[in-house]
Amino acid sequence: MIEFKQAVKTFKLGKREVTAVKDVSLSVAQGEIFGIIGFSGAGKSTLLRLVNMLERPTTGSIQVQGVDLATLSQKDLRKLRRRIGMIFQNFNLFTSRTVAGNVAYPLKLGGVAKKEVTARVAELLDFVGLSDKANDYPEQLSGGQKQRVGIARALATSPDILICDEATSALDPDTTADILRLLKKVNKELGITILLITHEMHVIQEICDRVAVMEDGEVIETGSVFDTFTNPQHPTTRRFIQSVQQDRPSNALLKEWRAKGGKKLYRVIFKGEVAGDPVLSRLTQKFGVNFNIVYGSIRELQEKFFGNLLVSFDGDEQSVSLLIASLKESVEIEEVAVHES
Amino acid sequence: MKVDWTTFWPRIIESTGETVLMVIATLIFGSILGISIGLLLYVTRKGNILEKQWVFQTLNILINIIRPIPFIIFLVALSPVTRAVVGSTIGTWAAIFPMTIAASFGIARIVENNLVGIDPGVVEAAKAMGASPFQIIFTVLIPEALGPLILGLTFVTISLIDFSAMAGTVGGGGLGHVAMTYGYQRFDGSVMLVTVVILIILVQVAQWIGNTFSRKVMRR
Repeated sequence: MIEFKQAVKTFKLGKREVTAVKDVSLSVAQGEIFGIIGFSGAGKSTLLRLVNMLERPTTGSIQVQGVDLATLSQKDLRKLRRRIGMIFQNFNLFTSRTVAGNVAYPLKLGGVAKKEVTARVAELLDFVGLSDKANDYPEQLSGGQKQRVGIARALATSPDILICDEATSALDPDTTADILRLLKKVNKELGITILLITHEMHVIQEICDRVAVMEDGEVIETGSVFDTFTNPQHPTTRRFIQSVQQDRPSNALLKEWRAKGGKKLYRVIFKGEVAGDPVLSRLTQKFGVNFNIVYGSIRELQEKFFGNLLVSFDGDEQSVSLLIASLKESVEIEEVAVHES
Repeated sequence: MKVDWTTFWPRIIESTGETVLMVIATLIFGSILGISIGLLLYVTRKGNILEKQWVFQTLNILINIIRPIPFIIFLVALSPVTRAVVGSTIGTWAAIFPMTIAASFGIARIVENNLVGIDPGVVEAAKAMGASPFQIIFTVLIPEALGPLILGLTFVTISLIDFSAMAGTVGGGGLGHVAMTYGYQRFDGSVMLVTVVILIILVQVAQWIGNTFSRKVMRR
C-alpha cells in the first residue's frame, strides 16, 4: 500500500544540512494500522509527509498503491492527495468555515455537486457523532470535537489511506481514547489503511497492528505490536514500552528486598496460549518448590494474553534449578539483576 | 473676505462629494492592486506555496522605497505619469491616480502582514487535500484573513481621507481644497471648522462600517 525505499530527506538550515530521514525502508500493508513511534525530532513527522509529498525525498522513493510518487505531475499528485486523508495534532480546521463547511471543503475542491456534498457531509458528521454541530464554528468546539471534524474532513473524499500526524497528542486521556476508538472504527468499518505517528506508546498499544520505532531519522526496530512489546530489541524501544507498562519495581524497592534477605527474583514471561496453562503451579508442585509472585501483571495485548511476572522460589537449590530448566520449555524465564543506578 | 454661508453650502456639499469619490475610487482600485501585490508577496515568500525569491525581493524593495515618501511629495513627483495616464494633473481623477498607487503599496503590506498571521497548518491541510495554489489563495488565504483584512482596509480608508485633503491642495478638489483656499488662505475660521467637522464625521462613518463588517466576518 505504502512503500518507502531507502528514503532520505535532508533540509538545509542556513549553511547547515540536517538529515531528518535517513535511509528508511518500510512497507505498510493494505488494511492495517501502522504506527511510527519516536521522540520529538526523530524525523517521524517528515517521514509521514513524504507519503503525500508535502515533503519530497532527497533520495530514495515512495510508492503509494504501486505508483512512484516522484513520477507524478502536479495535477496527478493533487488527485492522489484526495485518496490520502490527513489529520493533524492541531487539527488545522478552517476558522472561517463552519463544521459542515470544513467537511465539505475537500468535496468542493473535487468539484462534487452541491446536493451530493450536503448528503455526504451529513453522513460523515453522523459517522463521527457531530451531527448537531454542523453549523458551529471550530472555535466553539472542544479539542476532541475538533479532531472529529478533522477526521470527517479527511474521510470526505473516501480515501484509501489515512495518515495521522500526532492526532491525539493535544488531547486529554479520555478524549484520546475516544479518538482512538474512532480511528479503529475507520479502519474496521471503512477498511481504510492508517499510518500514524506518535510519541505515546499507549497509542501504539491501543490500536496499531505493526509498529516502527524511529530514532535520529532511522527506523531502529519494526515488527508486530505484540512481538515488539513482548520482546523489544532496542533500548529505545524498551524505554517506550516501560512508559506504558512498568515491568519491574524500582531499584530502591529491589535493593530493600535483597537487604531484607529476599530470595532471588526471576522474570517469567507468558505469551498467548501459555497463559491458559497452569504451568507455574503444576511444575512447582512436581519439584516440591513453593513460589511467590512478587510483582507483575497479566494484560491483553493485540487480543492476546501477555503475562510478565517477577517470582521468587522457595526450595532446595537443586530442585529450583531443575524447575527453572523445565519451565524454560514453555515460558521465558530469566534472573532479575539489580541495576546499580 | 469671509464666505457668505447662504450661498456657500452647495460648494461644501459638492466638495464633500469629491472627497467621498476620491476615497471610494482609490479604495476600490487600491484594494484590487494592493491585495494582488500583497498576495503575490506572501505566496512568493520563502517556504510558501509559490516560492520565488526574486519576485518577493523585488516587490519588497519596491514597497520599501515607495512607502516612506511623504504623500505630498509623491503626488508632485508622480505628476508626469499622472498626466500621461489621466491626461491632466488637475481635478479629482488626477488625484485618484497617485492616491491609488500610494494606497496599493500600503494595502499590499497590510495584506501581507495579515496573511503571515494565518496558521501555516491550515495551508498545509488544504495542500494535503489536493488544493492547487490558486485554490489555496481564494478558498483558504483570503477567507481566513478576511476579518483583520477589513480592519486593515478601514485603517487605509481613514488615511485616504487624509491623502484626499492633501491632493486637494494641488488641485484635486474636495474638502481639503476648500479648507485650504477659504479657511486657511482667507483666514475664515468658520469654513475651517465646517470642513474639519465633516472630515471627522466621514472618519467616524468609515470606522463604523469597517468595524461592523469585520465583526460580522470574525463573529466577535
